[in-house]
Amino acid sequence: MSVPAAQVRRPARWRAALTHKSLVIGGGVVLLIAIAAILAPVLTPFDPAQPDIANRLKSPFWMADTVPGHYLGTDQLGRDYLTRLLYGARISLVIGLVAVAISATIGITLGLVAGYFGGKVDAVIGFVITTRLSMPLVLIALAVVAIAGGSLTTVTLVIGLLIWDQFAVVTRTATQQARSADYVRAAEAMGCSLPHILAREILPNIMPAVIVVATVELANAILLEAALSFLGLGVQAPLPSWGLMLSEGKNFMFFDPWLITLPGLCLVTLTMAINLMGDGLRDALRSGRR
Amino acid sequence: MLRFLLQRLIVAAAVALTVSVITFVLSHVAIDPAVAVAPDSATDADIAAIRAQYGFDRPLPVQYLGYLGDIVTLDLGTSYLTGEPVAGMIAERVPTTALLAVFSILFALALAIPLGVLAASFPNTMIDRLCLLLAVAGQAIPNFWAGLILILIFGVNLQWLPISGSSSLAHFVLPTIALGTFAMPALMRLTRAGMLDVLASDFVRTHRAMGLAPAAILFRWGLSNALLPVISLTAVQFGFMLGGSIIIESVFAIHGVGYLAWQSFSRADMPVIQAIVLLVSLAYIVLTLAADLINAWMDPRIRSAA
Repeated sequence: MSVPAAQVRRPARWRAALTHKSLVIGGGVVLLIAIAAILAPVLTPFDPAQPDIANRLKSPFWMADTVPGHYLGTDQLGRDYLTRLLYGARISLVIGLVAVAISATIGITLGLVAGYFGGKVDAVIGFVITTRLSMPLVLIALAVVAIAGGSLTTVTLVIGLLIWDQFAVVTRTATQQARSADYVRAAEAMGCSLPHILAREILPNIMPAVIVVATVELANAILLEAALSFLGLGVQAPLPSWGLMLSEGKNFMFFDPWLITLPGLCLVTLTMAINLMGDGLRDALRSGRR
Repeated sequence: MLRFLLQRLIVAAAVALTVSVITFVLSHVAIDPAVAVAPDSATDADIAAIRAQYGFDRPLPVQYLGYLGDIVTLDLGTSYLTGEPVAGMIAERVPTTALLAVFSILFALALAIPLGVLAASFPNTMIDRLCLLLAVAGQAIPNFWAGLILILIFGVNLQWLPISGSSSLAHFVLPTIALGTFAMPALMRLTRAGMLDVLASDFVRTHRAMGLAPAAILFRWGLSNALLPVISLTAVQFGFMLGGSIIIESVFAIHGVGYLAWQSFSRADMPVIQAIVLLVSLAYIVLTLAADLINAWMDPRIRSAA
């Protein structure tokens, strides 16, 4: 993706962004889910990990056999399902955001250095990127988690340390183009330090491209966490990860299918909204440049 | 072309070596292999004896060279749990996984190419938007959830198809749909982009001006040119199918390589894990190399730039 220096004033760009439907819809849904996740303790009186054996597998409000107060029913241990879904959003978002922060730091650093210096440095970093791309993501993540043990921290770290490739690729290409731009030449001539040139001159100008990658990787990280937890090698019980809820619910899905439809729908809604937001951002940033 | 080929081969070999170092670190450094081999009741002296017997007390570089030699002679070690040779365990299951991956990629192509062409033929209309929406949805739906929902609808409610195992072709239908949906969006987007490019090109305009039927232009000239990049992406996506099969095989209880991997991960059977990671990585490397070569063969600009 080529993103030369953006010359447009900021307010105009953000106002233009609001005219992009997918950005508004996607961003709105993401914002709603984030607010619901933050306000989870206020929105529900239940504890996500508190079993209630007397009220196991009660149905959601649109079915028979319901219990007042449990709007989306209870799971196989009698835990309120709505509560677990709300707290599950926290896990998805926190793991996703932290993992993307880690991978963005790694990828952007590698990309900036490779793109700015070129030559041998670029060849070495290019090789590292190629190596990372030739390793199957899910398998490597599972192998590391199998050794280190599954927990919120390991899963976040493993995902963060694995999904930096697109950040590196995009930053490298964008930096290669920015490298010969006049403003970088000027900063060099003024004797600015290298960190200053990379962080203050080049980085802000390649930010649009990086933000788009970040949204894609956020959705990726959330799906990867769900997959790891679903396979039993991610977030561990009793934490309410959506992937883990799917894995626990699948044993009861023949009689209580909502146990797997609900967490899955949450997952799809969140990742679809993030992708939509990313698509909208891409369009908004592209048209903003013209 | 020869120079390009040689260059790519060297890089691929170097990447393969690096991957083997990583799997070596996973199986020999990140865990203590002697402790893993030893039974739970083993004393420190037993573990020390095992360490000497298996050569785990040698310097790491020496151990790595031994490991590399074993891989070259296709000796992938023995499973901690069953004591079987890992190479045999994997070879037994490769056909099932390969079959699932081939079916899935064919399913993805059968969906992606017509939809991509359709979207490109009517750009920025409702049809185009609907196709793109399908792509966005396909990307957002986790394949294990798609698998569970397919089981619920076609296996439990309608009772049309079997939901677990791999004993007949019917068993592959639902897993193929679940896994193929995952590869479809990328292939569709690329087909659409390629078609849009080709349809806007001068030679298509010339053909149009010459009064050729739109359908002839679309299929004879448009598709054949637009599909070239799709072929190389298909090679890469096929690699993803192999990696993604671990999730689908565990959902549908298909006893392929992915299922073996999942079992080994849950029981920390390190020799099997490192062998599968290594082999799937090698498959990725070969497929990526193939994709690069296909691209270069079709586009002379790439090979002269290298």
